Amino acid sequence: MERYTGKSVMKGIAIGRVYLYQKVDIQVTDQKVPDPAAEKERFLAAVEQAKEQLTRLYDEAMVNVGEDHAAIFDVHKMLLEDEDYLDTAAGEIEEGYNAVYAVDCAGTQFAELFAAMDDEYMRGRAADIRDISRRVIRILLDLPEEEIRSEEPVILVADDLTPSETVKLDKTKILGFVTVKGSANSHTAILARSMNLPALVTVNIDLSDELHGKTCVVDGFEGEFLVEPEEEILSEKVVRKNQWVADLEALEKLKGQDNVTKSGKRIDIFANIGNVEDAEAACAADAGGIGLFRSEFLYLGRETFPSEEEQYKSYRAVLEKMEGKKVVIRTMDIGADKKVDYFGLEPEENPALGYRAIRICLDREEIFITQLRALYRASAHGKLAIMFPMIISVDEVQRIRQIVEMVKEELTKEGYPLGEPEIGIMIETPAAALISDRLAKEVDFFSIGTNDLTQYTLAVDRQNQKLEGICDIHHEALLRLIEMTVKNAHEAGIWAGICGELGADTELTEWFLKIGVDELSVAASAVLRVRGAVRALP
Amino acid sequence: MKEFSYVIKDPVGLHARPAGLLVKKAGEFTSSITVESGGKSAEAKKLIKLMGLGIKQGAEVVCRIEGEDEDAAHEALAKFFEENL
Repeated sequence: MERYTGKSVMKGIAIGRVYLYQKVDIQVTDQKVPDPAAEKERFLAAVEQAKEQLTRLYDEAMVNVGEDHAAIFDVHKMLLEDEDYLDTAAGEIEEGYNAVYAVDCAGTQFAELFAAMDDEYMRGRAADIRDISRRVIRILLDLPEEEIRSEEPVILVADDLTPSETVKLDKTKILGFVTVKGSANSHTAILARSMNLPALVTVNIDLSDELHGKTCVVDGFEGEFLVEPEEEILSEKVVRKNQWVADLEALEKLKGQDNVTKSGKRIDIFANIGNVEDAEAACAADAGGIGLFRSEFLYLGRETFPSEEEQYKSYRAVLEKMEGKKVVIRTMDIGADKKVDYFGLEPEENPALGYRAIRICLDREEIFITQLRALYRASAHGKLAIMFPMIISVDEVQRIRQIVEMVKEELTKEGYPLGEPEIGIMIETPAAALISDRLAKEVDFFSIGTNDLTQYTLAVDRQNQKLEGICDIHHEALLRLIEMTVKNAHEAGIWAGICGELGADTELTEWFLKIGVDELSVAASAVLRVRGAVRALP
Repeated sequence: MKEFSYVIKDPVGLHARPAGLLVKKAGEFTSSITVESGGKSAEAKKLIKLMGLGIKQGAEVVCRIEGEDEDAAHEALAKFFEENL
């Protein structure tokens, strides 16, 4: 057996034969041609033909894999219309070189330009330039398009796959992907994820012909690629694979089902998301809504405050994506432990107990008002709920209410249509839980943030590994606070949800239902698992 | 000459698709159109150069338009940035 490791870009296990996807080695020589004018004609005709192929591929891909994946062919066509690219190739031909050499030169030159950029997305575009150049060269040499010739489904092993190869591959013949190059953002990775096929990139393997046809295992959980594994290891992997497939099937069956126990008790299961793209995963996982949209992503990794317009666009995008399902957006939870230089925050001895979240918002109202304006403008485009973090007092909630009213009035005067978002707070401090009876009279809902509530209640830093032994996440004190919060919410006629990690803890699902929790918001990947746990309850 | 500036809001910046659409839009006008960002500039009618600017979310771009149909181009491009980027 030979064992290789790589970066897993999609979890899962595939077992099958290696299909070595080797491209025809095209020999490029710098031979001169006698008639450059005729050669240039030949080049331009090949470019036209390539563009026709791309139009056809775009149309086919639209039907087979959808607009998102088809768009690549449209981009390729536009790249083939780029004046600089065409002029570079034409220039070489005018020098007397053959068209294949000229296209190869232009392709290499522009691919290097992208490969040298400091942005990962743009570096990935070098593959697109090589791809279009190869397409033109194949036409010039009258070579057929590359395809998989195999009767049975195989594990595709390649140096790298070009974007157009990835889209064009016959998906029914692939069990998994292994590439020597590639990245988490490569087309192979994206496609593997959309097809739910295990895939490894950056696997350091020698692509010799004898690899072809050998039995192999791609394990996306372990990030390993095993060639000709021993009987014992193979059967181990078969067991894991069957388990994985059974789990997937079981979860798949839960899509479209209600979150209801056998005796008819139901609960909402929503998803936690951190950016606009995550909403896609939430929809795919059949989440009933978004229970926690962390708005920090808008503030992190940049040099200036996000504008109202920018925030509005992001919030609106998620609301529209969720098509009328509830979206709970939490106002920014930035603090001294998160690096955002432009906030100008001073280092703190104890950031968890420091100047953060709503405390900043109520102190520097201009930041808060910009976010509230963006949220209320977006509220016209879906079912929004707004939630405020780190609350410890009734005064804070009343002050927030005043600012909210002011923002609403301003926006109405300016002529913006507004929705009627619910207003809620996070219960993540013991203080808030203990006065939840009074807080409940001020808001429309509670969302219990169990991560912070655990650390503040137990005075245990969850990041500190030495404290793991005493960090009892089912500590009675914590459970009593949760139960008390839910009871107080219901007495005041408002709903209460859980949005921390505890929400996905299926050991507690039965208890959550018993105390009457109305909603659990969990990672998109846990939605179906928790639904399964609910449905299994008596 | 006409000129306007714009801050990119699209989370992935001026990526391939919108850059291609921008090239198409710019191609509808005879005016010379340049896009400048981070001290580098590129003709708006050249896709690879435009992508080569590596314009990211939050970056400020300045678009300069000069030629006979600069007024119409200015209006159309300002709208294009607002709607697509």
